[in-house]
Amino acid sequence: MAKTVVIDPITRIEGHSKITVYLDDQDQVADAHFHVTQFRGFEKFTEGRPFQEMPAITARICGICPVSHLMASSKACDDLMAVKIPPTAVKLRRLMNLAQLTQSHALSFFHLSSPDFLLGFDSDPAQRHVLGVAAKYPEIAKDGIWLRKYGQQVIEWLGGKRIHPAWTVPGGVNAPLSEEVRQKILEGIPHGIEIVRRTLDFWKNTQGRFADEIEHFANFPSLFLGLVTPEGHLEHYDGFIRVVDADRKIIADKLEPTAYQHHIGEASLGDSYLKAPYFKPFGYPDGMYRVGPLARLNCCDACGTPLADKELLEFRALRKDGAVLSSFYYHHARLIEILFALERMQELCNTANIMNTHVRAVANPNKFEGVGVSEAPRGTLFHHYKINEQGLITWANLIVATGNNNLAMNKGIAQAAKFFVNGKDVKEGALNRVEAVIRCYDPCLSCSTHALGQMPIKLSIVNARGETIRELTRY
Amino acid sequence: MKKPVALKFDGKQVQADENDSVLAAARANGIFIPSLCYYTGLSTVGACRLCLVEIKGVPRLLSACVTKVAQDMEVATATPKVVRYRRMMLELLFAERNHVCSFCVANGQCELQALAQRLGVVHTRYAYRYPRYQLDASHPKFLHDSNRCILCTRCARVCEEVEGARTWNVMGRGIHSDMMTDLNQPWGESPTCTTCGKCVQVCPTGALAERGVSAGEIRKRENILPYIESMRASGR
Repeated sequence: MAKTVVIDPITRIEGHSKITVYLDDQDQVADAHFHVTQFRGFEKFTEGRPFQEMPAITARICGICPVSHLMASSKACDDLMAVKIPPTAVKLRRLMNLAQLTQSHALSFFHLSSPDFLLGFDSDPAQRHVLGVAAKYPEIAKDGIWLRKYGQQVIEWLGGKRIHPAWTVPGGVNAPLSEEVRQKILEGIPHGIEIVRRTLDFWKNTQGRFADEIEHFANFPSLFLGLVTPEGHLEHYDGFIRVVDADRKIIADKLEPTAYQHHIGEASLGDSYLKAPYFKPFGYPDGMYRVGPLARLNCCDACGTPLADKELLEFRALRKDGAVLSSFYYHHARLIEILFALERMQELCNTANIMNTHVRAVANPNKFEGVGVSEAPRGTLFHHYKINEQGLITWANLIVATGNNNLAMNKGIAQAAKFFVNGKDVKEGALNRVEAVIRCYDPCLSCSTHALGQMPIKLSIVNARGETIRELTRY
Repeated sequence: MKKPVALKFDGKQVQADENDSVLAAARANGIFIPSLCYYTGLSTVGACRLCLVEIKGVPRLLSACVTKVAQDMEVATATPKVVRYRRMMLELLFAERNHVCSFCVANGQCELQALAQRLGVVHTRYAYRYPRYQLDASHPKFLHDSNRCILCTRCARVCEEVEGARTWNVMGRGIHSDMMTDLNQPWGESPTCTTCGKCVQVCPTGALAERGVSAGEIRKRENILPYIESMRASGR
């Protein structure tokens, strides 16, 4: 008689979801599914609004990475206006995007995932959270809080507020950089770099303890998709789409992001509000790909900044003959990306025209269709709008970072469940590991379904007759 | 000729001209009475009811903007009853249409939002109606979004009384009332609109806005009408 284990709700992620683990007649894990249980409908209710409102509306999809939506949305609007925005505006948008990457990655690594590494996957769930970390490892907690605060502060200095700044607008940004802000940003960078470097050292030293997790946390061959610069370097704001396979062989390169629909299909799943994008040439579901920090580092030839490039070399050594496949290394990639972000922000602040006051192009809509693509902390983000002759939205499509990972997350939890979950005696620590696979991807479920949600997740174990034999709910 | 009268606001003795409204007298003396439909330089209509005050000896609340001052009048501007009614009026305004501040062009510049903040209205007790209004984006320079309109009629009054075009008017009745341009034609096809933009300047919310601005980006000049008046007078 087969059974099902349900984890519902999943904790320490953004959004509302559950996992169902299906057991076979011998109580062994047969399969596991990840369901996103929230729905919001941004693509529908934005119809009829002026396109200029889209950055501010779509930023409300998320309180953690509103800046990512501001970037992709503003770029889609630039496309509708058919303008090339001033070079300083591009740099300022990049600056804010990197600050966003820093704060979001810090949140994922320190606040949400570090309790597992520091306190242990099997530790008391009542203490396995950021406050538990703060009690036992105050220095690491302080580092995490400082890094996130710094990223948020840069966003506030540039845009006026930490969450949902209205500074990034169609055509550029609505205020130039002041010397005072430039100095403040620069002052924080050395300390930020110091924190990331010591966290990377700490991370590398703990790896020996997580051999099982590294081996079984969504560790499988897949495609990886990310933006790269024309030179093939790490990119978060512009550039081209590159797809590599498990051997890091380039499958597709220099894909124009605005033509994403030629390359990416979206499948609807019967048991989740989260759609399942796939790489079209490989079909569904073989076109499963991963996005986000791990994918970006697998895709790029180099980061393009000295310290991050040094770290990238060590990262590459984790799997010499190809792409790093274990999703456990998303955490590692996240730290390298923070390092890159800080180095790049320093570079941007020191470029000649960063203080230029011409930061906005003004135009009426000149096209009826526009696409904007950028890299959110969690992966590649697509905004695609159509407007009528009055500039009002008639159609919108968003593929949000986490959505890209849907197929891979499903496959990953099945793999972890098969290894860690024993259907006869389901242990909390085992279920926490299944959740932790999802946490590796740092999913933003409110974003990916553009849905209203809270934080919890639920896990169910269901037997072959469809009876739920165990449920775990955490809020 | 001005004839002074003496009256009291919340026990404070003040002096005003006999032709002044209670609202004008209060403002001249630095006493806060909220309002949304009132606009310096336009006729008064008492439409928004936010300036309700209690006057000693009068059994019901009166709109300060359309009530004249009188000798020995005793006005109470912040009694529990007045405060309750003001909040109720604001809540009803929010519930009536789709006032979503977060992505509104007037966010941070909106008189309705500012009043709600000042009066501590953080939620409404009434069910939102969520009416469906189409945006009129037919005008080359301006947008008309009925979702954000509170029917204060400032636009209609400024258009008629100052610009003399009379493009704006109210159509429908009761809850179905709405602002229209000319004979309910698209604004962009209006034969009377001079594209002067005064309606946009006096609109208290984001219902009328310049095209191309993003969330929170509209900027309005204060007290434009006395300025226009004085410029016109100096030119005559």
